[in-house]
Amino acid sequence: MSVRATFATAVRVLNQLRRDPRTIALLLLVPVVLIFLLDQLFHDRRQIFQQIGGPLLGLFPLITMFLVTSITMLRERVSGTLERLMALPLAKIDVLAGYALAFALLAAVQATLVSIVAFGFLGLHTQGPSWAVVLLAVSNAVLGMSLGLFVSAFARTEFQAIQFMPAFIFPQILLCGLFTPRAQMAGWLRGISDALPFTYAYDALSRATQRGLFDGRFALDLGVTIGVTVLALALGASTLRRRTG
Amino acid sequence: MIDYRPMPSAPSIVVDKLRIRRGGVIVLDDLSLAVASGRVTGLLGPSGSGKTTLMRAIVGVQIVESGTIAVLGEPAGTPPLRWKVGYMTQNPAVYGDLTVRENLRYFARILDAAPESVDEVLETVAMTSFAGRVVNKLSGGQRARVSLATALIGSPELLVLDEPTVGLDPVLRRDLWKTFNELAEQGKTLLVSSHVMDEADHCHDLLLLREGKLVATGSPADVRAQSGKQDLDEAFLVLINEEVE
Ligand SMILES: Nc1ncnc2c1ncn2[C@@H]1O[C@H](COP(=O)(O)OP(=O)(O)OP(=O)(O)O)[C@@H](O)[C@H]1O
Ligand SMILES: [Mg+2]
Repeated sequence: MSVRATFATAVRVLNQLRRDPRTIALLLLVPVVLIFLLDQLFHDRRQIFQQIGGPLLGLFPLITMFLVTSITMLRERVSGTLERLMALPLAKIDVLAGYALAFALLAAVQATLVSIVAFGFLGLHTQGPSWAVVLLAVSNAVLGMSLGLFVSAFARTEFQAIQFMPAFIFPQILLCGLFTPRAQMAGWLRGISDALPFTYAYDALSRATQRGLFDGRFALDLGVTIGVTVLALALGASTLRRRTG
Repeated sequence: MIDYRPMPSAPSIVVDKLRIRRGGVIVLDDLSLAVASGRVTGLLGPSGSGKTTLMRAIVGVQIVESGTIAVLGEPAGTPPLRWKVGYMTQNPAVYGDLTVRENLRYFARILDAAPESVDEVLETVAMTSFAGRVVNKLSGGQRARVSLATALIGSPELLVLDEPTVGLDPVLRRDLWKTFNELAEQGKTLLVSSHVMDEADHCHDLLLLREGKLVATGSPADVRAQSGKQDLDEAFLVLINEEVE
């Protein structure tokens, strides 16, 4: 592991993003527009807005970073630059950590922006401190990034990579407790929900925003989120092969 | 002309009974060869003969079925070698959405090379005036030169260049071959693939591959003598067809 190579990779990834202002604009503005739509949609039912606004805000970065990372990494594999990197004095962890650093930074900007709009202008309340929401959003972004990195190994084309989103992300959104409280789910659905990382990311967010509860269950949520991130990164690293056929 | 260079010490590359399978087919079979230090060795052969595969194995990114490759006295692909071996892939492996300079700076940072080395290699490949241009907006030959520049960064002891002159005009080609010879005079070892036979005359030594087997080795003069033809193009046709019968 080399700090120099990690930073070099992070700078390189950020430079690539910088060359693509449209993507940056989409990444930063879409969450803001969505939270505004949500605000308008529940104009008369503020209770619902308060209930789902906070958690959604923390889940946006997870979803976008999942997509952005899986496509960037796929491009790296397909274009031959990954093979080239593997012939350089660069550890796999340097590549992964560089990606994580770059996208975490982007996620922090994204989450801060949407938080300012939601908490400052749309009257969204959070029981916990608002920086806790931003911090959770960043940790979720890194989770999304590591999942994206891992699944990119199973895609051959960008079309396939995009299809991983409904396949991989949508079921987790449905089952995480956002639409139906987990207590009301059928037993088998709750069983699946227990096994999905989104469930814990969502629970941490809902505890922080609605109840201001930083209790044992919150610690477990955080632990699972970080654990899954590390696991996905390790699996992702194993899909970066120095030697190929 | 008398060759005053000291007798080459140990060869830089020693390949012994190398066998490689790609996509279920044996691509290199029982291949043994040596590449002398401080010289330019041309790796020639028809399309599909295994040049790229051999180079990938030498830089340590190719899965090898059996046999050994020693590079600068160490098994190919071991971590210390990644500092000492520069590799130019056949398809330009550079980031299309970065500028020429951003690409080279990334490689320089990974290799811990001085920032000035970026300007030096740009000069070498005659791309100084394009330093600020995004790679996607370059011509094919220009892109190839950026890819070559990435291999030159950090002045590696051994350069493995896969068709570095393809698609370039005669003036550029001549200049690059001159550069390769100067690098050899400085003590670097170069292995350069090509399927343009008239480039063979720029090399000190030649390796002629056909269907994964070595059909001729030696200096251009040796190859002429072996085939009884003055024209190297014809010499290779003779040698390649001879083997078929
Ligand atoms: N990724 C791959 N999977 C399976 N087989 C491959 C792969 N790449 C190359 N081959 C096969 O390996 C053999 C050698 O290919 P290689 O690329 O080494 O040839 P080459 O001499 O570099 O050709 P060229 O001059 O066209 O670049 C060919 O028969 C080719 O079809
Ligand atoms: Mg080739």
